[in-house]
Amino acid sequence: MSQSFDPATIHKAILEQQKADDRKKMMLNGVLVLLLMAAPFAIYPVFLMKILCFALFAVAFNLLFGFTGLLSFGHAAFLAAGSYTTGYLLSNYSGLTTELGILAGTAVATVLGLGFAVLSTRRHGIYFAMVTLALAQLVFFFLVQAEFTGGEDGMHGIPRGHLLGLINLENNLTMYYFVLAVFLGCYLLVQRVVTSPFGQILKSIKQNEPRAISLGYNVNQYKVLAFVISAALAGLAGSLKSVVFQLASLNDAHWHMSGEVILMTLLGGVGTLLGPVVGATFVVNIEYQLSQGPLRDWVDPILGGIFILTVLAFRSGIVGEINKFVNKNLR
Amino acid sequence: MSMIFGVPLAVLSGQLLIGVINGAFYALLSLGLAVIFGLLKIINFAHGAMYMLGAMATVILFDNLGVNYWVALFVAPLLVGALGVIIEYFLLRRIAGQDHIYSLLLTFGVALLLQGVLTNIYGVSGLRYAIPELFKGGVNLGFMFLPYYRAWVIVVALVVCLGTWFMIEKTKLGAYLRAGAEDAQLMQGFGINVPLLVSLTYGFGVMLAAFAGVLAAPIYSVTPVMGSHILITVFAVVVIGGLGSIGGAIITGILMGVIEGLTKTFYPPASTAVIFLVMVLVIMFRPSGLFGKEA
Repeated sequence: MSQSFDPATIHKAILEQQKADDRKKMMLNGVLVLLLMAAPFAIYPVFLMKILCFALFAVAFNLLFGFTGLLSFGHAAFLAAGSYTTGYLLSNYSGLTTELGILAGTAVATVLGLGFAVLSTRRHGIYFAMVTLALAQLVFFFLVQAEFTGGEDGMHGIPRGHLLGLINLENNLTMYYFVLAVFLGCYLLVQRVVTSPFGQILKSIKQNEPRAISLGYNVNQYKVLAFVISAALAGLAGSLKSVVFQLASLNDAHWHMSGEVILMTLLGGVGTLLGPVVGATFVVNIEYQLSQGPLRDWVDPILGGIFILTVLAFRSGIVGEINKFVNKNLR
Repeated sequence: MSMIFGVPLAVLSGQLLIGVINGAFYALLSLGLAVIFGLLKIINFAHGAMYMLGAMATVILFDNLGVNYWVALFVAPLLVGALGVIIEYFLLRRIAGQDHIYSLLLTFGVALLLQGVLTNIYGVSGLRYAIPELFKGGVNLGFMFLPYYRAWVIVVALVVCLGTWFMIEKTKLGAYLRAGAEDAQLMQGFGINVPLLVSLTYGFGVMLAAFAGVLAAPIYSVTPVMGSHILITVFAVVVIGGLGSIGGAIITGILMGVIEGLTKTFYPPASTAVIFLVMVLVIMFRPSGLFGKEA
């Protein structure tokens, strides 16, 4: 009887439980990665790449919304900054290798993200959302009016080029493995960020900002940094997207896109690592399936309906609800 | 012809007039947002959709039932306001007490839904609506031509704005509303039906948007997406003004319309972006907005 209350024993038991959990998680992740590697032999690779690009976009957005509690309504701006920069460079400088084009797109999105972050973190809550939305609208106007962007038509025929100047990316399968590698790398990076002390501070800002301030953290700096990382990854998603589809269009910059990434994250599970990936897979699939059938013209209202249902009925999203269920019943 | 800063006076005053009219719409819309936010702490992303519904309802009522402008001016806002009460009762009420962000996301979903459904039925090309007989033509002021309908829009928008301001800041009903926003439980204790007050407030804010939509029907192109374009501009106006005060929403709205009009005269390419640029400047130097109270 007295043994079960011995702190050392309890601590050991908790540690072992954690280890077992980690092992289970590792196995699950391993299986998922294997499935992703095998997927292009069963499913059209371009469709898979579309999912991966949007999943990366959603993962980037979730770092800010899910883990720091900042609802950006302007993330389309970074997606577009990435896709337009990469598209422009690869179309106009044939000597440029693909990875440099993608890096340049990411860099531009990062700088833009810094500008957004400095301005928007001056306001809180709903105002923050409105400021990011309005700033993204400025980017949209710029892309419509600037000459190099192709205005309403966007950019077409962006060459995929060669990776490191060697590996031909015109082949869909090669391209897929490149996108998958980038995606997994970014996913691990976000996982690392979230589980680090830095990530803990972000979570504390989300939960109770005044307390984080009173603990002596320079909250604004952390917010700006989280915003910039998120913007960079969103830009990278846009850059990849422009290479995959060989096109950069105004859709990427429209506030509709900012709304879509929110839906993906919310539906999959805000503040979970896997949630945005699941959400993106879900939304891309819904859009694709609907566009094939008789409900072709009803995609928007149906997405709106899903939005309403998610907010009303299951705010923790698919992954969040599964986690809740597992914790409640299977433990 | 007389010139001001190298621009003909008639052109300048014409653009100023358009600016004041756009400003009147910004004022009506940001006023509705301010009422809903100030009293209910909801950012109504569906506000643009409600404005659009007001305009669409005006056109649809005329085409199908022959309802004229003057009747529509009352009926359309009432219909849309009723829809607002329904939305508040069945949807928004369920997430009261949650983070304010969820109300934004919920109303965003509502906007997508409404806009999408109407786009499928009516397409995105503009519907036409004739200016009412009474206001056809205009008057020559010597330095510019003033169409009667536009003068009417400015006057009636101002009257409605000031009336709303008076009601909320100076009457007993307004006092109840403001007190309900401060401490709903206490008001409930005094025997005030707060949930009803909340529904009616949301309905009223939405009515203001729909009223702006009816006014807009004869001058702007009426389409299911007209609301989403203006809404983001109105959000920028709201950030500039700060949602703290009802009067601030009105003044900032008109001011931004005028600035937009002036930009169109002197440097047209920037005219779509100028309000957002002003917003950036305001955030840099006065983050709480020109009339804002919260830091």
